[in-house]
Amino acid sequence: MIAYIIRRLLILPVILFGVSLLIFSMIMMLGPYQRLSTYITDPAQLKGVDDVELLIAKYGLDDPWYQQYGRWIGGVLTGDFGWSESAGAPVTKAIAERFPATIELALLSLIPVILGGVVLGVISAVHHNKIIDHTIRIFAVIGWSFPSFVFGLLVLMIFYGVLGWLPPGRLSNWATEIVRSADFINYTGLYILDGILNLNFSIVLDAIRHLIAPVITISILWWAFILRITRSNMLETLRKDYIRTARAKGLADNIVVYKHAVRNALIPVVTVAGQMVLGLAGGLVIVESIFNIRGLGQFMANAAQQLDYPGVLGGALYFGFLLILINLLVDVSYAVIDPRIRLE
Amino acid sequence: MEWQEVLKRLIQNKISLLGILIILFFVILAVFAPFIAPPRDADEPYMIPRAGWTIEPQAPSNEHIFGTTESQYDIFYGIVWGTRTAFRIGLIVVGISSSFGIILGTIAAYYGGWIDELLMRITDIFMSIPFIIATIVLVTILGQGITNVMIALITFSWMSTARLMRSQVLSVKEDEFVQAAIALGANDFRIIFRHIILNTIFPVVIQASMRMGSMVITASTLSFLGVGAPEGYADWGQMISFARNWILGIEGDPLHYWYTLVIPGIAITLFCLSWNLIGDAFRDILDPKLN
Repeated sequence: MIAYIIRRLLILPVILFGVSLLIFSMIMMLGPYQRLSTYITDPAQLKGVDDVELLIAKYGLDDPWYQQYGRWIGGVLTGDFGWSESAGAPVTKAIAERFPATIELALLSLIPVILGGVVLGVISAVHHNKIIDHTIRIFAVIGWSFPSFVFGLLVLMIFYGVLGWLPPGRLSNWATEIVRSADFINYTGLYILDGILNLNFSIVLDAIRHLIAPVITISILWWAFILRITRSNMLETLRKDYIRTARAKGLADNIVVYKHAVRNALIPVVTVAGQMVLGLAGGLVIVESIFNIRGLGQFMANAAQQLDYPGVLGGALYFGFLLILINLLVDVSYAVIDPRIRLE
Repeated sequence: MEWQEVLKRLIQNKISLLGILIILFFVILAVFAPFIAPPRDADEPYMIPRAGWTIEPQAPSNEHIFGTTESQYDIFYGIVWGTRTAFRIGLIVVGISSSFGIILGTIAAYYGGWIDELLMRITDIFMSIPFIIATIVLVTILGQGITNVMIALITFSWMSTARLMRSQVLSVKEDEFVQAAIALGANDFRIIFRHIILNTIFPVVIQASMRMGSMVITASTLSFLGVGAPEGYADWGQMISFARNWILGIEGDPLHYWYTLVIPGIAITLFCLSWNLIGDAFRDILDPKLN
């Protein structure tokens, strides 16, 4: 197992380097003048400079690409991604500010996505080829085919427009005032957690109320995905010899299914966790921009609309690095749980 | 399993038959678009004609059977010609990226060693950035437009096919018929094409069918976010982005502009649904675990 983890760790720098090179090659598709913006941390640096050629020379934008890459990656490593026009702040600062909202949404979505998908998958497999199985699967295919931006807007139309229950944004106006006031201490930036820590439960409730619609929108899509894998593994497991043995020795059906089969069927589900994290991160761009949640995803969408190159590139690099680390954690923990994987 | 057998079972299965019928409906819509919704300007059929210059959408009427969306773009026209856009994007992107993935995956598995290692690490790198985010970045840099959307989608979508193909090839590479061909001294190209690709193609076809839907969704997402199709272009995603400002309706009637969202929403969901239904049934037919 240690050899496996070491190999994964050795590949890590290669992947990180590769991703940075990929992003950098996209920067190099821009002309020198457009590229300039990715090097300037503060617009004040441009004041009083009339000659763009001078700036291009100053930042070495006509140098060979490897020299430019060296300078760029140096900046990135010290947290300097350039100035984001769309956010009106340095990219690093803009991303840091928006990070908690995204984390809160992503973490809260994981619970219903995984639980719902697994439960539906198990029910579907246990009732293989019965009406309940077909119904669940048809709903899953429909959910998978529903683009999140259509579904999200429908949710907004009905649950906010018609019923007024689930408003967009992160908090109501009154709650935003409390959160910004001096009495309220922002420990983490996650409003649910901060509300609990400040013992202000009306904030917690308000934050949850604002998160329901985006979480549902994310779940609909991913239920189908998890369900499919759970169902297929469960069907396979239910045919294994040890399940037959358990049944033959007279164990109750419920115990066989829920104690013996489910546990073993769930192990392979972990393998897709990495793929799911990537998909979820992409989905956040849509969901955050529809429900007006000031997170990383909305930042990416706004930056793209306003052709804010440093913002888009910085966001992508940041997302990429973060997800590579999360995937590493998933893989390593999976190797710890399941000895079979280490042998491959 | 033979092609004829698979096709027969796809048509016998009610769910995949439904998928096939919906796709046929869209094919007819796309092929006969010039007759169903004659363009006002024959040189630019993809630009949706406008029925006026006011911003507010107009409800369905005899003249505009699906109504008009923001800025008076005709919804019916946009749906009909949007079908062509969807097919064009789906077929081109899935066709090119799958071919590329098939070639790359086959080379990696067939030659193995450092070639495999190198190609798979490159695949990992391209997969590290979430698909939607990577395409947003590339389209932002290349500039708006359907061609650039397709380039971005192709650039970041060949990897899953490459991985799938690699594992497929690895499993047949040791088979006797391939070993025999190598022993007989057949050249690499002939072995790869005649003996390997033709024997491993089914799972790739299933994947391609499922990807038709997801590529069209991603392309529409880019248009929805305002970085895809140029304004007025017949694209379902853009029609939904037109609906965005109107989903709360008017005072006392929150569903007043329902048609701006619901009609294009149905079109895009049905399109993706049909491909997924076929892919799903396909997978069941070919999955030995479930038979």
